[in-house]
Amino acid sequence: MIALERVCKRYGERLAVGPLDLEVARGELLVLCGGSGSGKTTTLKMVNRLIAPSEGRVRVGGLDTRELPGPTLRRRIGYCFQHVGLFPHFSVAENVAVTPKLLGWDAARIAARVDALLEQVELEPAAFRERRPHELSGGQAQRVGLARALAAEPEVLLLDEPFAALDPPTRDRLQQAFARIRRLLGLTVVFVTHDLVEALLLADRIAVLDAGQLVQVGAPAELMQRPADARVAELFATPRRQAEAVDRLLAASPA
Amino acid sequence: MSGLQEQLALLPGYAIAHLQLSLVALFVGAGISIPLGIYLARRPRLEPGVLGVASALQTIPSLALLAIAVPLLAAAGALLARVGVPIRGIGYLPALLALALYSVLPILRNTVAGLHGVDAAVLEAARAVGMTKRQRLLQVELPLALPVIVAGLRTSAVWVVGTATLSTPVGATSLGNFIFSGLATRNDAAVLVGCVASAALALGLDGLIRALERGVRTGQRAWTFGAAAGLALLCLVTFGSLAFTRRAGPEEIAIGSKVFTEQYVLAELLARRVTAAGYTPRLVPSLGSTVGFDALRNDEIDLFVDYTGTIWATIMHRDGLPPRREDVLPVVKRYLADEYGVRVVCALGFENTYALAIREGEALTDRVRKISELAPLSPQLALGSDYEFLQRAEWRALRDRYGLRFREERSMDPALMVQAVATGQVDVISAFSTDGRLAAERLVVLEDDRGVIPPYDAILLASPRLAKERPDLVARLATLEGAIDADTMRRMNLAVDGAGRSPAEVARELDAQLR
Repeated sequence: MIALERVCKRYGERLAVGPLDLEVARGELLVLCGGSGSGKTTTLKMVNRLIAPSEGRVRVGGLDTRELPGPTLRRRIGYCFQHVGLFPHFSVAENVAVTPKLLGWDAARIAARVDALLEQVELEPAAFRERRPHELSGGQAQRVGLARALAAEPEVLLLDEPFAALDPPTRDRLQQAFARIRRLLGLTVVFVTHDLVEALLLADRIAVLDAGQLVQVGAPAELMQRPADARVAELFATPRRQAEAVDRLLAASPA
Repeated sequence: MSGLQEQLALLPGYAIAHLQLSLVALFVGAGISIPLGIYLARRPRLEPGVLGVASALQTIPSLALLAIAVPLLAAAGALLARVGVPIRGIGYLPALLALALYSVLPILRNTVAGLHGVDAAVLEAARAVGMTKRQRLLQVELPLALPVIVAGLRTSAVWVVGTATLSTPVGATSLGNFIFSGLATRNDAAVLVGCVASAALALGLDGLIRALERGVRTGQRAWTFGAAAGLALLCLVTFGSLAFTRRAGPEEIAIGSKVFTEQYVLAELLARRVTAAGYTPRLVPSLGSTVGFDALRNDEIDLFVDYTGTIWATIMHRDGLPPRREDVLPVVKRYLADEYGVRVVCALGFENTYALAIREGEALTDRVRKISELAPLSPQLALGSDYEFLQRAEWRALRDRYGLRFREERSMDPALMVQAVATGQVDVISAFSTDGRLAAERLVVLEDDRGVIPPYDAILLASPRLAKERPDLVARLATLEGAIDADTMRRMNLAVDGAGRSPAEVARELDAQLR
């Protein structure tokens, strides 16, 4: 569904990412992880050309992304990021409706779509439709952000640390809601996170980046059991240690 | 004090002219600065330079900017005239140009700041949802920057409405007409009406813009419609009234005047004579001295009273000792006709010369009756003068020929000079010899014993157009030759400055007297 072929991003002389080859199958959720500066966000943004690759080719649904104008491409691809970026002068419904509106859907279809999406992200449409972004909690805002990304029925969804700014219980609820929605809709997802637990829980496959290079890509279990090198092993050492500590605590406590 | 009612009768005309000038300047200013601001917000490299230029414009004192606009437009006018587009170098256009330039900075700066202030996350989201550059600008950036841009617009509106009062000396009608003529003729009611009306206009416009912005931002229909209706009504009254205003017909005779009492009285007298001759007079009051002459020679006004010495020194740029009074007039006459086609219609019969005056009845007056006797004492004395005097050739000639070195030289409004010397705030003033208050306030005019100051016969000038096209009117006005002596002029001036009567009223009396 998504293919990156020899993709590079340069800033002047500096090579920030690549050359990179990566494929995401239809319906698959690929997590990009790595430390800060590893190029995971840049890689994600090259998929919908928020950042234009310097070299190489990106295909989405078989189509070279350079063949479409940027806005047209982005209307077909959902995008949701940590800072949400809800339009403060729009209501919740207007925020969700923005891409359908750009695509010229008629008002009735948009209204129905907005209500359906709000229900999917577990916000009561009647209560939330007319609210302004400043009246929402962080978790509610991110739910609206997710609804907005899904509004134009995209097949591909790009997420950049969408839950990173939320408190743990909210993050947990949203992760579960998201996992349910993406199965339901059969979405192809690229998901950037530095939270390895989140990566392990959500991913079909994980790609580890370091200094703009792909270090290893594979199923979570594979990366845990057969890390390609010390960097990958190091990356997964922390969640493993935490899981073991939790296990010990559970075993020691009287049931 | 000539009555408040008389001043209020002038208010609608002046207020509408004022509002029209301000609104058009604001539209032009916003039309330049909002697009420029949008352009700059995307080009950070250009931003400091352009904002710097706009800031520099703002630091030019507004009166100077207005004055600079006159020669600027005259130069542009000379170019445009060649391709057959005549523009007027005085009046509305220079005022509009200066005010529009003046309104640029606040709107420009706030447009740039407003756009920069839009949250980066919102901008990223706007791109990510698939908005084009134009959609991002119109649907996201401008709406979010709007409150800041409107704040700039409000600042500009208040500035422009206030500064428009200064457009009177370049010949544009505004509420400044009240203030300039009121200050010159010591008419407090006029000054008050001008100040209160311009302040009210500024606050009203500011309030309407704010209400409109509030309505748009909060989506409250009542505010939006109320404010929009208010602004629309304002524009309708302002511009609608233009449609009904009689366009300046060929029969209309424009009479200019400078910014001191006798000029207002003489302009009113001329207006009566023009009316009597079957033409329609239009007063263009309170012009700067050179603005007035330039307007006359370019046919933008038709009649103007000037003084031979002024022409001699500032138009002909002659230095050195002036010839005798009776020799100056023919020289000036010939020069104006040859050089500009300006006709000297007649000499009115009095001289209004620059003079130095001191207080009567003090130690100083016992010893000093001539300027040469004043010179050795000058390092202890303070001189008060009008704005022009210290820049004029006459002053340089006086200073150098007599060796005057005053302790202090202060410029002030001509209306305040007599008071300043009478109350001892300065010791010597540059006076006008026809100022009726000199005698009334017991001031002594010092004798120019070395004959440095050129003669200042008041002469009536006609524009080249008037001289050519209206010989009948010129002939009728020529009957004013020698009609007004210095005593009469002084009495008339005192009637305005001392007794607080209006120039129009005094001119009526003078007119009756002359017939």
